[in-house]
Amino acid sequence: MKKLFAILFACFVAGAAFAQEAPDVLVQRVTDDVLEIIRKDKDIQNGDTHKVIELVDKKVLPHFNFPHMTALALGKDWRKASPQQQQQLTAEFKTLLVRTYANALTGYKNQKVVYKPSKMAPTDTDVLVRTEVLQPGSKPVQLDYSLEKQDSGWKVYDVVVAGISLVTNYRDQFSQEVRNGGIDGLIATIAAKNKSTETNQKK
Amino acid sequence: MTDYLSASGLRGALRWGLGAVVGALICSGAVAEDNPRDPYEGFNRSMFAVNEAIDKYALKPVAQVYDNTVPLPVKASAGNFFGNAGDLWIGVNSALQGKFGDAGVDFGRLLINSTVGIFGLFDVASELGLEKHDEDFGQTMAVWGAGDGGYLYWPLIGPRNVRDTVGFAVGIYADPVRYIRPVSVRNGMTALRLVDVRAGLLPADKVVEEAALDKYAYVRDAYMQRRRNQIFDGRPPRLDD
Repeated sequence: MKKLFAILFACFVAGAAFAQEAPDVLVQRVTDDVLEIIRKDKDIQNGDTHKVIELVDKKVLPHFNFPHMTALALGKDWRKASPQQQQQLTAEFKTLLVRTYANALTGYKNQKVVYKPSKMAPTDTDVLVRTEVLQPGSKPVQLDYSLEKQDSGWKVYDVVVAGISLVTNYRDQFSQEVRNGGIDGLIATIAAKNKSTETNQKK
Repeated sequence: MTDYLSASGLRGALRWGLGAVVGALICSGAVAEDNPRDPYEGFNRSMFAVNEAIDKYALKPVAQVYDNTVPLPVKASAGNFFGNAGDLWIGVNSALQGKFGDAGVDFGRLLINSTVGIFGLFDVASELGLEKHDEDFGQTMAVWGAGDGGYLYWPLIGPRNVRDTVGFAVGIYADPVRYIRPVSVRNGMTALRLVDVRAGLLPADKVVEEAALDKYAYVRDAYMQRRRNQIFDGRPPRLDD
């Protein structure tokens, strides 16, 4: 009984430590983890889209907050969408981001990621984690993540490459689509885009 | 993202182009556009289409051949050489923005790489920890408080608002490659730089194609975000949304 209790306690402590993992530690752990896998996986290096998406799905996506990202990309239009539309939008936008940027990982060669010290207070619930991607022969590329604290741990809601937010960069394109065809029009456009990307990637 | 010719030539074309654009702006400026961030959208979209065609049939294929055939050390040296030539103007702009420490680093880089780095072919200064900066006259004018003047898209030169277009034009005169003689060598260098810059952007092509619902708007908004980031040296104040 004592033993069982000890094990339970150990699990509880480990679980709590994991949930409270600091955002910069989280980013570093996941990045190192994913790059290590890609470094060893010849299929991914040869551009196996299916495999890289599977990897991202398993390792990266649990740490992302897609409803927040979608709301951020839509801006004011988000509130015009019904809960069901919001759900559809989130699903399609998630597919769009994952298909596009997971694929960029297949281009990974021997870049190094440097983690910048981040200034944050223990009470912060919204932080920016800064990293830099170094590649031989070219300038370092700034790669920043915005994270927010949730009950289930820290979640990424924006990724910024060289100052370009991959999320808010859609704001004007989305509002244009909403102006032309309403929320449903936007959902249909993103879905069509996802379909055509999928077809092209299968070739 | 697509700013080929970061500080390079095609001077005659630019002069010719400026006249043509001013004319076209007067003609198309009267048409009301609904995006306040892009007042010359109609004109810009036509220029974007022109550039896409030039890129598809001329620049990109050449850049691909360059990328596939030239060995990595040679490509790196070419990039380093133009990067070194650029450090002069970067240093001037650091100083013009009051960042004298940065300017010292920039001129130090120029000195070290031009000598120890054999005419800039090797970036020894970076190895020594002298970090390369990212400055140009467009950023300097922004720091001085000049407005951006509206977004423009140019064939070959890519996205550049009015302020950056002026900065680019001024930068041409501060470019050491401009003063290389004979002229044939200078022109060869200018072409090589264009290809080198374009080759560096090849990996981004596919991502943009797959990510964008509207490539024109995607490139425009990425340009605007990136410039803002550069003006604030990588630490732009947060926008509320």
